[in-house]
Order: sequence, then structure tokens, then C-alpha cells
Amino acid sequence: MAVTQRERAAAPARAAARRRARPPVAALFGALVWTAGAALTALVPNRQEAEHTAVTAGLAGAVAVLTAALAPALTERVRRAGPWIAATGYWFVFWELATAKLDLLEPPYFTSPQGLLAALWDDRALLLDSFGNSLKLLVIGYSLGAATGVLTGIAMGWSPRVHYWAHPVLMSIGPVPAAAWLPLILLVFPTSYSGAVFMVALAVWFPTTVLTRAGVAAVSRRYYDVAQTLGAGSGYLVWRVAVPAALPQIFVGLFMGLGAAFLTLVVAELLGVKNGLGWYIQWTKGWAAYPRMYAAITLMIVLCGGAMALLFRVRNRVLRWQKDLVRW
Amino acid sequence: MVTAAVEATALTHRFALGRDRLTVLDGVDLAVAPGEFVAVVGPSGSGKSTLLRLLAGLDRPTRGRLTVDGAPLAGPDPSRALVFQDPTLFPWRTVRGNVEIGPRATGRLRERRDDVAAALELVGLTDFADAYPSQLSGGMAQRAALARALVNRPELLLLDEPLGALDALTRLAMQKELLNLWEARGFTAVLVTHDVDEALRLADRVLVLSARPGRVLADLPVDAARPRDTGAPALRDLRHRILRLLGVES
Repeated sequence: MAVTQRERAAAPARAAARRRARPPVAALFGALVWTAGAALTALVPNRQEAEHTAVTAGLAGAVAVLTAALAPALTERVRRAGPWIAATGYWFVFWELATAKLDLLEPPYFTSPQGLLAALWDDRALLLDSFGNSLKLLVIGYSLGAATGVLTGIAMGWSPRVHYWAHPVLMSIGPVPAAAWLPLILLVFPTSYSGAVFMVALAVWFPTTVLTRAGVAAVSRRYYDVAQTLGAGSGYLVWRVAVPAALPQIFVGLFMGLGAAFLTLVVAELLGVKNGLGWYIQWTKGWAAYPRMYAAITLMIVLCGGAMALLFRVRNRVLRWQKDLVRW
Repeated sequence: MVTAAVEATALTHRFALGRDRLTVLDGVDLAVAPGEFVAVVGPSGSGKSTLLRLLAGLDRPTRGRLTVDGAPLAGPDPSRALVFQDPTLFPWRTVRGNVEIGPRATGRLRERRDDVAAALELVGLTDFADAYPSQLSGGMAQRAALARALVNRPELLLLDEPLGALDALTRLAMQKELLNLWEARGFTAVLVTHDVDEALRLADRVLVLSARPGRVLADLPVDAARPRDTGAPALRDLRHRILRLLGVES
């Protein structure tokens, strides 16, 4: 009973080799744009008042040099970033021109690249502290909410009795934005921090539970039949059949939960715990320190984007089997 | 050799369908001797798959007695394996992972790694042990499903149109492989099929069921040495008889 056909598709590997042979035109062009940006920053006199102009030019130049130096040896992924390197270069040139050089977008509402860098650098201690606090609240709240949500969803998907009791509760509490519970939460919880953790967890819990339940309930009966005839008990059916089969759906819930966590995080920091990036943004806006506000927003992008990217990586690893693999 | 005797007496099964009760099997008697290969043919909806689910212990009959080796059947058991038309491999596990389900579910994976390797070898999938089900062709996937069922060394193998979804060539090859496995392992086999030729090629006996509710119309022994040529006169007559019973020929 030998399997005769055994063609491994070599096509993707060949295509990759072809791509590697091409010079990294886009990346080199990107380096050129950044060089122009650096020259513009350093040589054209500022019309707006701005510190750190030389540092900004230096950093833009560093982007250009790094890109050009690494371009020939770049991996496939970085090579694909070439057009983006150029596009961000254009953005930098536009931004620099519109603010520091031509003064079209005026302070205090707008700030130049050097203004943003200055804000990041000058207030680094407080920004770092706020970033750390937000990260901590996000990690604790999200982990609690995700774990509870997955467990609730599994229980509801598996047991009709749990579903009977939990469904109305889920459907009455869940759709209300977690922030709406804030006054009650501040009243009930001993500290505002524990209240904020609860709010974030609640926001994550709802979508995770709904999607996990749907995923578990949709698992094909055939999988259970097969496992049962192979000697599986109910523990095996839950953890080794239902959960892995529902994982794609569970991840959808986890992604929705992460989005809800960001939203709730900012509200909780604003009104509850009085620290973290959400609070910092509101506080700086209060006395019109817009460059600092932009600095905090930049860090917010790093935080949320980083968390999203991390979850994507975890999903891709766990759901490796879903990827379009080579077929025989 | 490990093998089981199956006996069903006056087996009746009903489904609740809305407010009605739908009778799928009506007083089916069936006795399968240890090591025998029995095929069940019948029109769609004659309860063939239900019969297998009852034999596997996945459903309980509404009425009637069902025993394996004289003992009443209590529920699913690793000694009775079921293979569906759809291979139902777990897509998140590799081929090896799928074959390991049985040993893992009974908590004896460590001592039975050799059985897993032997089952993969038996169906010729050793080289594909680390492939995911989505990477397999239909025939390979069905082989993997067979290996998964055979790793537990079942005494009774229940086959629910296992080759129904395969192309004609793969199907012929797999029929031969199925026979080889049965001869090598000596298990008792009950095969549900739409394909009368397949039943004649493989089985010791062919059980013909009526349209719903399923009743046994005939229980026909196939007395011919294997490998069989379904064009031979004796089998040709038998085929006509079965097709007449099924209402396809007059």
C-alpha cells in the first residue's frame, strides 16, 4: 500500500528565490526619500520655534542609512516593507514642511516631528510610568477577562443547563458598555484600581464568552462520535475535541475582546485610577500641552498595536493547521 | 485473532421528528459470526447508518436486544470502531496525532507508540505522519481514518460507506486494501454501502434492507472465493436479485 504520488510543491521556493534576485528598488528609493527628509530638516531654516532639529535630522538620516545598508542583505519580510519605508518618508517630509519649515499647521494644536520628539524625551519619566501602568492594567484585566470568558463560553457551549442560567445574565450584562458600570464599580470595589481591572475584564469577558460558546456549540457531532468510539471520556471530549475545534472562533472572540479592552482601559484610567496613558492624554489636553498629548497617543499606538500583533502571532502559531499548507 | 460476535434481535429504532415519531428500523434481526464480513445494502433512508450507530453504541435502540459476544451493549467502546464516509479527521492534528487519539483517550499513549507506528505502516502513511488532514487526498484521508480505527485493534469494525466519496479507481484499490486488512487482522466487519458490486466483492453475506422503515428483505450468502470477479455468472445472478429487491431492476 505505498503512496505513489509524492510531489512536493517547489513552486513557492522558486518564486522566493526569484524575488531575492531582484534588487531592492523600493527600499533603496525609500532610503533616498528619508535622506531628502533629513537634508530638509537640517538645512532649511525653521519658521516655527523648535528644539532638537539636528537630532531629528540625524534620526531621519539614520533611517536612510540603515535601510540602504541593510537593503542588499534584507530578508523577504523587510524587503516587502520597502514601499512603506518610502511612504513614511513622504509623510515625514510633508509633516516637517507643514509644521517647522512653512508653519502651515500652527502650534499649539499641531506640532512638528522635533516637537513630538522633544515631548517624548522631556517627559520620558512620566510617560514611561504611564505606559507601564497602562500595560499592567491591560495585561491583568485582559488575562482575567479572557480566561473567564473562555471558561464561561466552554461551559455554556457544553452544558445546556449552564447555558440556560448563564445566557440571560450574559445577554443583559454583556451588551452594556463596561464604562457604563463605572459609578457602580467605583462604589462597590475597595480600590479604584481593582475596579478598573474589573471593568477591563468585563469588557473582554462578553465577546470572548459569546464567540467561545458559539464555537463550542457548533462543533460537529461526528467529532464526538469518532472520539467516543475510540474510547474518549467526557474530559477528553471537552478539552481535546470541543476546545481545539472551537479555537478559530475563540480567537475571534479574543480579538474583539482586545479591542474592547483598549476602549475600556482609556475610560477606566480617565475616570478611575488617575494614571496611565489614558489619564495622561486627558491631563495634558487639560492644559493644552498638545505635543505631550501626541507623545502619549504615539505610545498608545505602540501599546495597542503591539498587543494586537502579539495576539496575531499567538493565533498563527496555534492555528498553524488552518494555514494553506502544501497539498498532495 | 481478536474478533466479536454480534447479535441483534427485533431491533426497532425511532427518531423524534418534531411532534412525530419516525420509525427508521423496524424489527431488524441480525447475527454476525466472529470474523465474518457482512455488507448491508438498502435504499437511502433505510436506516443503514442508524444500524451502525446502534452497533457502535452511540445510540440506544428504542426496542430490541443488542449483544456483543453475548453481553448487552452498553455504550461506545474502543473494541468497536466506526469509520464514516467523511474521514472526520481532526483538522488540528497531524495524521499521527489523529491515529494517536485512541491510545491518548484511554491514557495509554506511551506504551502504545509502536501500535501507532504499525497502524500508519499498515495503511502506507508512514511518510505522511506529520502532514495535516487538509494536505491529504481523499484516499489518503480515508486511509488515515482506517489507521485511526485500527490502532485500537477493534474486534468489530463498522464501516459506514467508507469508500463512498472516493473516485472509482481509488475505490477499487481501497476495496482490495480493506480485504487485506480484514484477512490480516481477522476482525468482524459490518459494511454499509450503496454499491452492490462493492458488497459482492467484499462480503460473506449481504443483508438487503427495505426503504423506511428499514426491514430485512433478504440475507444472502456470497459463496465465492476471493478475489472475486463480479462479472462471474453466480455473482451476476446475485447482483440482479439484490437490485430487484431494491426495486432498481424488475
